[in-house]
Amino acid sequence: MPVNATNTTTVLLCGVGGQGTILAADLLAKTAIAAGCTVKLSEIHGMSQRGGAVTTIVRFGDDVSSMVTDPGSADYIIAFETTEALRNAPYLKQGGMLLVNDESIKPLPVLTGSASMPERARERLCELGAVLVPAGAIAKTAGNAKSTNVVLLGALASGMDFDLALWKDQIAKRVPAHTIDANLAAFRAGAEAAQGVKA
Amino acid sequence: MELLSGNEAIAQGAWEAGVRIGVAYPGTPSTETMESFAEKEGVYAEWCPNEKVALEVGIGASAAGARVLATMKHVGVNVAADPLFTAAYTGVGGGLVILAADDPGMHSSQNEQDSRFYALAARMPMLEPSDSAEALAFTREAYDLSERFDVPFLIRSTVRISHTKTPVEIGPRLEHDLKPYEKDAAKWVMMPAFAKPRRKVQDARTAELREWVEKCPYNVVERKGAEIGIVCAGATYQHVAEALPEASVFKLGVTWPLPARALEAFAESVDRLYVVEEASDYLSNQIRSLGIELSAAPGKELPPDGELTPSMIRLAFGMQEAEHIPTQGDVPGRPPALCAGCPHRLVFKELSRLRAIVTGDIGCYTLGALPPLSAMDTCVDMGASISMAHGFELALAETKHRPVVAVIGDSTFGHSGLSSLLNTVYNQGAGTVCILDNRTTAMTGQQGNPFNGITLQKRPTRELDLEGILAALGIEDVSTVDPHDMTAVRSTLKRATDSENLSVIVFRAPCVLIDRTRKPAFTVTQDCRACGVCPTLGCPAIAKDPDTGMAAIDDVMCIGCGQCAQYCGFSAIVPTADRTKGGADAR
Repeated sequence: MPVNATNTTTVLLCGVGGQGTILAADLLAKTAIAAGCTVKLSEIHGMSQRGGAVTTIVRFGDDVSSMVTDPGSADYIIAFETTEALRNAPYLKQGGMLLVNDESIKPLPVLTGSASMPERARERLCELGAVLVPAGAIAKTAGNAKSTNVVLLGALASGMDFDLALWKDQIAKRVPAHTIDANLAAFRAGAEAAQGVKA
Repeated sequence: MELLSGNEAIAQGAWEAGVRIGVAYPGTPSTETMESFAEKEGVYAEWCPNEKVALEVGIGASAAGARVLATMKHVGVNVAADPLFTAAYTGVGGGLVILAADDPGMHSSQNEQDSRFYALAARMPMLEPSDSAEALAFTREAYDLSERFDVPFLIRSTVRISHTKTPVEIGPRLEHDLKPYEKDAAKWVMMPAFAKPRRKVQDARTAELREWVEKCPYNVVERKGAEIGIVCAGATYQHVAEALPEASVFKLGVTWPLPARALEAFAESVDRLYVVEEASDYLSNQIRSLGIELSAAPGKELPPDGELTPSMIRLAFGMQEAEHIPTQGDVPGRPPALCAGCPHRLVFKELSRLRAIVTGDIGCYTLGALPPLSAMDTCVDMGASISMAHGFELALAETKHRPVVAVIGDSTFGHSGLSSLLNTVYNQGAGTVCILDNRTTAMTGQQGNPFNGITLQKRPTRELDLEGILAALGIEDVSTVDPHDMTAVRSTLKRATDSENLSVIVFRAPCVLIDRTRKPAFTVTQDCRACGVCPTLGCPAIAKDPDTGMAAIDDVMCIGCGQCAQYCGFSAIVPTADRTKGGADAR
């Protein structure tokens, strides 16, 4: 029996509480539905909201069973932060896409001096084949510092088959009206950045 | 088609069934169910001080003829267990459905109990959906079933059902008229003379339920190969479907009572029968007790605790894990922490300095147990801080001991701390009780409670007078302190813990998630001597340079509370001139 007998696509989004992983996951899920897929979106909140590590899983395809994922099983990982990228890298399927926001947020044990950040995080991520995108800086340039998550979605979209119009439709529906243009610009810039890194 | 979480789907199902009244106390992973229900047309919903009260309100409304939804997390069912067991005797008027949301894996809970044992013990039927569509359908139909069998129905979800969004078709509301109320003491007055015959009614009903469940469409057999048969339910069913696509599966939608004859027939139709379940042996034990033989998985044993995943099930059936990047050993943990500017922080810092024995409670402030504050000795259940402090005082009474201090939040105090404090007063106990009144039920998402005077549907009410209640309890030593003021926190704690008498300190300041006012951020000047004191506050906005030991403040995260500046012996932490950058807008 093959390890993954289904045609389901699995996306794992990880980051730090408050970074906007849930909105990104929601936009991805709605886009997948608009493209005719069935979807499951699993998130964990509670204690993790107080600056802890968060993961959200989106799975889509013709028929989705489990709502969680396993090591070696995620087709895409979108990490909103480099330490979380390293933590979650084992979930990446061989040949999968590891998309990382090139930003580090120190966890409390590092801030207080009782632990240290991983060594050579960027280099190691590159060795693992990660696509590093400076999403925060790109978002600021595009006109809205809060749209880092949309930059990352743009980068993800460049590696997926959904029609770009479907993505843009969902973004326009979900973000505040006065930020639609900035968010769409962020989305385009994210897609271009990912293409640039891969080229 | 809508994409709804299991919690939202349960709320929708209840609304479609014509439910008029919803009652709950918030608790992860159940909270959004009642929040979602409260926003619907034509319903009344309220937060109650605790789950026992919520269920009793629900039983009353049901007796009066309304359809009712009561929601709670698994440990909330413990609190509501008293009325729950007897409601299984009285039965219902209008349909009554109770959500028990379990947390295998303990993402946000103090234990991993399996609520299905309540169904078994109380003889209260339990439905267990495996996705949001089933959550909606089961809940909607549970109301007809509750009225047909004259018993409340339990819905059991787990965190992966409650917090997973899956597609559902939503439908219209079927208005449900109040059933006319008629006095019926033999049904509703559970004194021995009436309870004994009701027990017979319960047994007769259980026999009917056992017949019903044999043909119940919520139990589904998916017949594939004859080699392997799996019995499972809920989220675990989804993992089994993913991991073992060739296996025949008996998906239980009703986990009490079990369909004995259908399970026997399924067992006979396969070579080997297995149960796959999460963090529990409920199903295995129940199925074995029917005389059905179960096989042990041929591969790696399934873990007895925590959540399952498809890979664990594959390993149990002799398959391999997918190849993957090895775990990265040097990744530091990222535990949750009290927010920057949290009004609880200094209380824990000072309790730590006092070397007090701190009995803690359930809420954000349980994070005070983690380093660097490490200022908590115990956390067991809602309200236990005050009663356990009394226990500590009793046991240590004859000894020279460190001060005993209970720490409890405003909402938790209303939930069950009040009766604990009543006991301490009544039995002339000592010690100090700190009520951290941050004006909200913060951990579960800033809900209203009796002390902040905000109701679920924003109906007008009044704020309870906490100090007035303490005075009425006869507590003579009550202080109210601004928890951002280090000197006041320190001196009040010192005075209270030096005293032989019971004292209560109310630390009152709003949670930073409800009060969004931001003051200019603080910054560290060149006067910093790298003494290392300010990082011991555990504020996520303060970083200690690993090489120089100097402190630095993140101007985006800092909200300008000024707590750290009070601890700086060199006046090296000062407010920045203006607040043009950072703060609330940037987060």
